[in-house]
Amino acid sequence: MDLARIVEHAVARHAGDRTRLLAILREVQRDAGSLSAEAIDRVAAALRRPRVEVESTATFYHLLHASPHGTYEILFSDNVVDQMAGKQELMDYFCAELLIQPGKLSDDGLIYVGSTSDIGLGDQAPAALVNGHALPALDRNRLDLIANLVRAHRPIATWPPMLLEVAENVRKDGPLLGEPFTPGSALARVRALGADGVLAELDASNLRGRGGAGYKTAAKWASCRRAKGEAHYVICNADEGEPGTFKDRVLLRRRADLVFEGMTVAAAAIGARRGFLYLRGEYLYLLESLEAVLSHRRAAGLLGASILGHPGFDFDIEIALGAGAYICGEESALIESLEGKPGKPRNRPPYPDTHGYLGQPTVVNNVETYACAALIAQRGGAWFAGLGTPQSTGTKLISVSGDCQRPGTYEYPFGVTIRQVLTDCGASQPHAVQVGGPSGTCVPWRDFDRRIGFEDVPTAGAFMVFSRSRDMFEVARSFSHFFAHESCGFCTPCRVGTSLLRDTMDKLAAGKGSAYDMRSMQTLMRILLSMSHCGLGHTAAKPVVETMQAFPEAYERRLRNLDFEPAFDLDAALGTARRITGRDDEWAHIVSDQR
Amino acid sequence: MSTFTLDGKTIPFREGDTIMEAALLAGAYIPYLCHLPGYPPHGSCKVCTVNVDGHNAASCTLRAREGMVVQTETPELSDMRRALVEMLFVEGNHTCPACEKTGECDLQAVAYHVGMLATRFDLLFPARDLDASHPDILLDRNRCILCGLCVKASRDVDGKNVFGIGGRGIKSRLIVNAASGRLGDTDLSARDAAVDVCPVGAILRKRHAYETPVGRRKYDLRPISEVAVEKARCVRGRGDA
Repeated sequence: MDLARIVEHAVARHAGDRTRLLAILREVQRDAGSLSAEAIDRVAAALRRPRVEVESTATFYHLLHASPHGTYEILFSDNVVDQMAGKQELMDYFCAELLIQPGKLSDDGLIYVGSTSDIGLGDQAPAALVNGHALPALDRNRLDLIANLVRAHRPIATWPPMLLEVAENVRKDGPLLGEPFTPGSALARVRALGADGVLAELDASNLRGRGGAGYKTAAKWASCRRAKGEAHYVICNADEGEPGTFKDRVLLRRRADLVFEGMTVAAAAIGARRGFLYLRGEYLYLLESLEAVLSHRRAAGLLGASILGHPGFDFDIEIALGAGAYICGEESALIESLEGKPGKPRNRPPYPDTHGYLGQPTVVNNVETYACAALIAQRGGAWFAGLGTPQSTGTKLISVSGDCQRPGTYEYPFGVTIRQVLTDCGASQPHAVQVGGPSGTCVPWRDFDRRIGFEDVPTAGAFMVFSRSRDMFEVARSFSHFFAHESCGFCTPCRVGTSLLRDTMDKLAAGKGSAYDMRSMQTLMRILLSMSHCGLGHTAAKPVVETMQAFPEAYERRLRNLDFEPAFDLDAALGTARRITGRDDEWAHIVSDQR
Repeated sequence: MSTFTLDGKTIPFREGDTIMEAALLAGAYIPYLCHLPGYPPHGSCKVCTVNVDGHNAASCTLRAREGMVVQTETPELSDMRRALVEMLFVEGNHTCPACEKTGECDLQAVAYHVGMLATRFDLLFPARDLDASHPDILLDRNRCILCGLCVKASRDVDGKNVFGIGGRGIKSRLIVNAASGRLGDTDLSARDAAVDVCPVGAILRKRHAYETPVGRRKYDLRPISEVAVEKARCVRGRGDA
């Protein structure tokens, strides 16, 4: 099919709706191989929107690309857990075997290999994606097999299923993951309770948002319900991008009905007729089963017009795909993305509960929050409040990965100690745990009696275990690269600060650090924390701050000079001149003082 | 009239005014770079960050409320503000003495105002393009601070959408409305508001750079704190008339 037809079809599938720009771009790229300048021109023309608008969106998302990525695009997950499991060595091995370079399309246009931020398979690291399908638990044998399949031009649909099989790895279940749930049972209770009754139960449950911030769900819903607007919206945030977190992947696979039911409960409570599940682009392989659950629910009268035969209770859910941007986990950035724009957080106030999707009152909650809400509607707020601790009610899904024997998803009542989780997962000589991912908390071994909960160590789910053999400086350095890569670039402190922090960590790693750099990092931390536009910037320096406090020796042994060490490398600066003159002799170099 | 306090000084405001608007109209200057009176606020440079009842917020986007206690010239905020200006210098390639905009550049003037002498951060020396394809306008991305003013002016005032911001993070860049990526292939005209709003030397009229000699330029004659207050009053005056 030629480009004109591809664009025409993609735009037609979305009825020429500008807010569907991201979906349109994804589909054009899928069918045309890339988003070339011509493709962007055509999309802009077909939508009757300025070209810059389309290009802004097309160049913001990591999974969209202007040049072709070949028949097979393989993206290695680049979280610290993948790195610990040998990601770099395996990627180099794979590239060497196929005689290709990472980040470059092969000369025959067959394959592209690159890195991408954590893809949500930390329990099966190292992992990768091939054209959106998961490739978990990679090793040399599997990569040999993949290389052969690629060389033989075998379509992915015919690859051995074991290569693409994602294990659930549910190690400990509870009400969210384990107990049977009959679709529609919560909605039947909603009819009996009424919207006010639902909010009252939710209030009694003291449910707090599972995305990490812990805002009280009942307050959010009540405020959205009160807000005036042309329409109200329910959004489920399934942009599970926090490195080390993969519990939503498990929930969406195993308990999609529970999640959708929770969204429908929210719709009843706030008076919404439309909802969206914003699914991170890296979870494309979950789409088919999720769509099937939605169809099933429509057929069963649990979605669509007159839900459960109740006239006026109309609600339906669409799934919108992201395209590789961690920042879209921030609720206002997610809404921007859902409107087809780059995912840059909005100026707040106003907040989404009054001015959300299309400027209308909107509830945005995490996948797990909706699952909890469905259970609360079904079994009552008092039941839920009886689990966990008074400030942190209910259970919490924990994504365990790293140095342990049993990585996977664990469901615990809030209040569980970190030591307990470590024992259960078979951690070997644990030295530190990164709870809640890079934006969470680094808990060193002496604090393992701390508890998971909003009142002590809050978490969206990640629980990355680091044994005594790990270098916590390298862990923090990996996270600094992550934040620099994922900063949206909107505000100065985060756009520049995350890059400066990354560069300083690299400078220390190269053995060129001094005490001056340590002080300079302290300044960067203060700026990021106090001046940034959103949570990404506020937390971007946290891994460095916390590891510096907990493991100062990991930093100190890298300091070369207690005073000042220039970052500017005179010899490297002469590189261009050497290239131009074709020289590489002794006199073309400046030998630095080795001290 | 409602009031709030800014560093102890009472500032009157009208319903709907931002802290920044009210402060400027009252003659109190809060440094800013991505804002321009008369345009909707952007809130991205964060140079205008103030402390409101214990929390930091961009004063260009936050609406004033009765009785707010706002602080701006605290030692901590002044230092952070200077650091932000330094960040804008290190992320681009700014060489004031060799820049046509010197003396009329807001970034340079704000840097003087906040007392910046050098940067405490390492320069990033990014490789950025210079686009001279347009017959009348020069686009030098080395000096762009991503304030978004040209984007808004072109869209809202000129009705053209010549500019946009593409990319992400430190790789964000000013993009233009042409498949070739060249300014000369857009419908930008030298008369467009988008050309005038650039606070730095990123968008310049060709052949007019040195009409006003250095030494007699806008900020050579008066500090930016006075110019900004006057500009805000002028815009409000037009709005009221």
